[in-house]
Amino acid sequence: MDKVQIGEFIRSLDSDLDIKEGKQFTEVIIPPSKLHSLASLLKEKEETSFDFLVCITGVDYGNELGVIYHLRSTKYGHTVVLKSRTADREKPVFDSVTDIWKGADLHEREAFDLLGIKFANHPDLRRLFLNSSWGFPLRKDYIDEDIITW
Amino acid sequence: MGIKGMKYEEFGDNESLELLRKSGSNVILTTIDDVINWGRKNSLWPLTFATSCCGIEMMQTGAPKHDFARFGMEVYRASPRQADVIVVAGTIVKKMAPVLKRLYDEMSEPKYVVAMGACTITGGPFCEYSYTVVNGVDKIIPVDVFIPGCPPRPQALLYGMLQLQRFIETETADSKKKRSASHSYK
Repeated sequence: MDKVQIGEFIRSLDSDLDIKEGKQFTEVIIPPSKLHSLASLLKEKEETSFDFLVCITGVDYGNELGVIYHLRSTKYGHTVVLKSRTADREKPVFDSVTDIWKGADLHEREAFDLLGIKFANHPDLRRLFLNSSWGFPLRKDYIDEDIITW
Repeated sequence: MGIKGMKYEEFGDNESLELLRKSGSNVILTTIDDVINWGRKNSLWPLTFATSCCGIEMMQTGAPKHDFARFGMEVYRASPRQADVIVVAGTIVKKMAPVLKRLYDEMSEPKYVVAMGACTITGGPFCEYSYTVVNGVDKIIPVDVFIPGCPPRPQALLYGMLQLQRFIETETADSKKKRSASHSYK
């Protein structure tokens, strides 16, 4: 399927979603509550069969925190991008997709480690690289007196 | 270049040596110090410790082409308890810093530190906006010789090590006290 067809297919699954055709891929802006259900649908449906999670990206937009999922089908070779945001900076929680794609495990741990984004139902959400005393260094409001800026 | 150390006339920078000699010391102690220092400077054993690309240059310095061993530094020790000098070769990140500190603490006196390369001197290319890199290894352990470069050539490392030898040559009990007092690291 090409970009337009993927967009139309996803609209047929859920008509409320905001779907854009980006430069490269179809982009789906999705509220955190619908993320897990749509992700599992996209994998299971024969027409899309997104069986490969390429990457999870955590983003700090300044006032909001977000995650971006790049999904790819090894069967058809098409790609879709799911984008989700939350305004809650104290307890940002998204549903884990480790039960759909096992490879999400380390990606989610990394996003948790560097941005403090939590993933509900993750089997082992520990910090990946840094010590527990560390803050979340990729957040815009991260403060460290040792950092040199000029 | 002579086989065993450099002669006074052959060394390019004798001002530093004269400056170090000027520090002043007791006449009787000086003779004993001279003998001890001669022994120490000609058997400087470095610790096998390298965290990145400077380590490759350090290995090259130890290899036959440049041959560290001419100056009595031939034996790389794998244990800090047997080493005299630690060449900090490469970026030290905050997670590595406690390990480096511990290695330094485990070395027996007298011990010397050579900071090799831009990363260990200031943080180098990772200096700005980095939340992981230690901006200068002298914040953790006291440094005797800084060798600039990214990475320094083997010749530069050799020059730095010769400077360290000259530093050791002129050491006295007084200068050791002053040295340990002047270090402000925690």
